[in-house]
Amino acid sequence: MSLRLLLLAACFAGASARAGEIPPDQRRSGYETMSRETRAIQDDDATNPGMLSVLDGEALWKRKAGAADRACADCHKSMKGVAARYPAFDPARGRPVTLEQRINGCIVERQKAPALAYESKELLALTAYVALQSRGLPIAPRIDAKTRPFLEAGREAFHRRQGQLNLSCALCHDDNWGRHLAGSPIPQGHPTGYPIYRLEWQSLGSLERRLRNCLFGIRAQVPGFGSDELVDLELYLMWRARGMKLEAPAVRP
Amino acid sequence: MARAVVTVPPRARRGEIVEIKTLAQHPMETGFRRTQTGELIPRDIIRTFRCSYNGTEVFRAELHPAIAANPLIAFTTVATESGTLSFEWAGDNGYTVTEIAAIKVE
Amino acid sequence: MTTRREFLVLAAALAAPTAARAQVDPNLAANRKAAFQAALKRIAGDAPVRKGRVKLVLPPLIDNGNSVPLTVSVESPMTEADHVKAIHVLTEKNPLPDVVSVALGPRAGRATLTTRVRLADTQTVTAIAQTSDGAFWSDTAEVVVTLSACLEEGLI
Repeated sequence: MSLRLLLLAACFAGASARAGEIPPDQRRSGYETMSRETRAIQDDDATNPGMLSVLDGEALWKRKAGAADRACADCHKSMKGVAARYPAFDPARGRPVTLEQRINGCIVERQKAPALAYESKELLALTAYVALQSRGLPIAPRIDAKTRPFLEAGREAFHRRQGQLNLSCALCHDDNWGRHLAGSPIPQGHPTGYPIYRLEWQSLGSLERRLRNCLFGIRAQVPGFGSDELVDLELYLMWRARGMKLEAPAVRP
Repeated sequence: MARAVVTVPPRARRGEIVEIKTLAQHPMETGFRRTQTGELIPRDIIRTFRCSYNGTEVFRAELHPAIAANPLIAFTTVATESGTLSFEWAGDNGYTVTEIAAIKVE
Repeated sequence: MTTRREFLVLAAALAAPTAARAQVDPNLAANRKAAFQAALKRIAGDAPVRKGRVKLVLPPLIDNGNSVPLTVSVESPMTEADHVKAIHVLTEKNPLPDVVSVALGPRAGRATLTTRVRLADTQTVTAIAQTSDGAFWSDTAEVVVTLSACLEEGLI
């Protein structure tokens, strides 16, 4: 596989057919790249494996936990619209945080319980339950004076060539979406469905897991879960997908 | 925690063929995968799935490692009378899950 | 060129008897074909398995071999006198030939099954239906299975 990627990287070394940001009206969700059958799995709550996690999340949401003996449901009613605007600025940290980090923040500060591990079944379940409540809503992270510097850092990371293969996210996902890489179609890479049930993982996973997966694939340094670099990149990706509908929990190959 | 989800129409006409969709949360570990250090991860799968309608078995499936994780099993049954559909999954390491759904047949 | 998944699967299948062996069995394809034939024999015995009545639907080019949607449906009045008793799905390139076996009857209304299967490689999948008169019918479907471009194996 690495030989194929090397050859591919060599092709990208020169000028590409299509360069620059994707025009807003040409943006497509990864949903459209999937086969009809896989789309059908996502469309039906009765067959979407992500819904199992949503149900787990609903149970956790209602369960009292921690030294404070509080359930999420005790304070929060509807979470409609919440997932669509994350990563969001957290004044306490002075920087944007992901939905996962926000949930953990609440667990630690309000429930007085230990934080859930990244990619743990429980954290994914809670994230899926919250994200489902924004299904169908347009992605809308808030960009203002406070968040702009982080957006720019994310934009820079998206366009930066990195790793042993010297590839940038933009090279595949802005310039060569629709073409194939080793038999798989290259999507535009919009985070429209997270957390997703990825068929390759055979389980639910976060956007950070997918990004780390990709960075590992291009033989770059993989930032840790919850690192500033990853969160900035997520902010950029959500901004890049602004206006597109959230599909969580999506199914992806 | 959600172990399984069944989707059954709550009501049907007598004699109507209804669609049933079931989803079970299970990794369906094949027994062919290895850890990073090369050890074989032991097989751990759901072996059987059974659907009974008011106590009578109407559908049964034997699953093998080739069934994907979080198995979907969808099939049909004739709505014969009002009552309870019960679903049972059984597998390795003592795995057993039961779900029930009520159906009203008029 | 052997794909990575193929290699991992082959190595694992081989390791069952002796942990030390990590070489690809040169007769692997033949062995799996033989296993498929053995499974067929277990299901139908010496009875002929005819093509027809069964419709096996699989996407021709799948998104991911870990989870391939599959539907089998069999033409049958599903009456007491004439119905489908069992449906079996087999593969010829997976480590094991059996995928799923279903027992049903007239209470099913329609002889149909939808599930999601794992396919190790580009191959032909076979569905066999046994009818109440003791006959066996079948259908096959060809599927192309590719490996994901970015794998996670090795990432901690």
